[in-house]
Amino acid sequence: MPYDPELVAPMRQDMVTMGAQELTTETDVASFMEAKEGTALLFVNSVCGCAAGAARPGLRTALGNDHRPDRVATVFAGQDVDATAKLRSYFPDIPPSSPSAYLVRDGELVFFWPRHQMEGRDAPSVAFGFVTAFDEHCE
Amino acid sequence: MGTFHDDKGELHGMTVVVDTTGPKVYIGRCDTETPDGIALLDVGEHVEGETTKDAYIEKANKFGVFAQHKKLFVPRAEIASVRKLGEL
Repeated sequence: MPYDPELVAPMRQDMVTMGAQELTTETDVASFMEAKEGTALLFVNSVCGCAAGAARPGLRTALGNDHRPDRVATVFAGQDVDATAKLRSYFPDIPPSSPSAYLVRDGELVFFWPRHQMEGRDAPSVAFGFVTAFDEHCE
Repeated sequence: MGTFHDDKGELHGMTVVVDTTGPKVYIGRCDTETPDGIALLDVGEHVEGETTKDAYIEKANKFGVFAQHKKLFVPRAEIASVRKLGEL
């Protein structure tokens, strides 16, 4: 059963204010994934306090880095169920994980952050992980 | 970084590697840890054979695990160690 929309609204807003495009339907996801040129970060948002609470502010900090993805999008696990399933269908070898993030370059997955890499960390630590990957893979 | 479920133990919500005294290793999200054992959610199970426990854990650390059990309880007597996957 999806979470109460009122509960997740601030978590959605958190992503929107950092410039992420919300993908709430399968069609949204398909359209986003169709454009393959350049780099894109897809963040699977979550209500999880152990990981997402630091992941969102960590990502916000990392997006201020000189090297960053050309496009950023988000789906909300447990809320936008079909959109989340559609996104995961592009990466069938990657186990479902939320929160998590996929970094794609020219349509190919170049980095994946599973939930357990964010659990129990603070935002600066999560940001460091994102920045390290952005420096390696993004213009 | 804690959660608001203090009664479930400090590992609540964390993805942990539960190695057993036998050939099995489990990786899942800790729900509750008590003196009796550990309750896990969305659990991957590996039986040492062609692939070693270490190889399974190493792959899990990169990508996570596909869950074979929605819930699983591992009795304390069978547990050799419990570690956070993200810290390995």
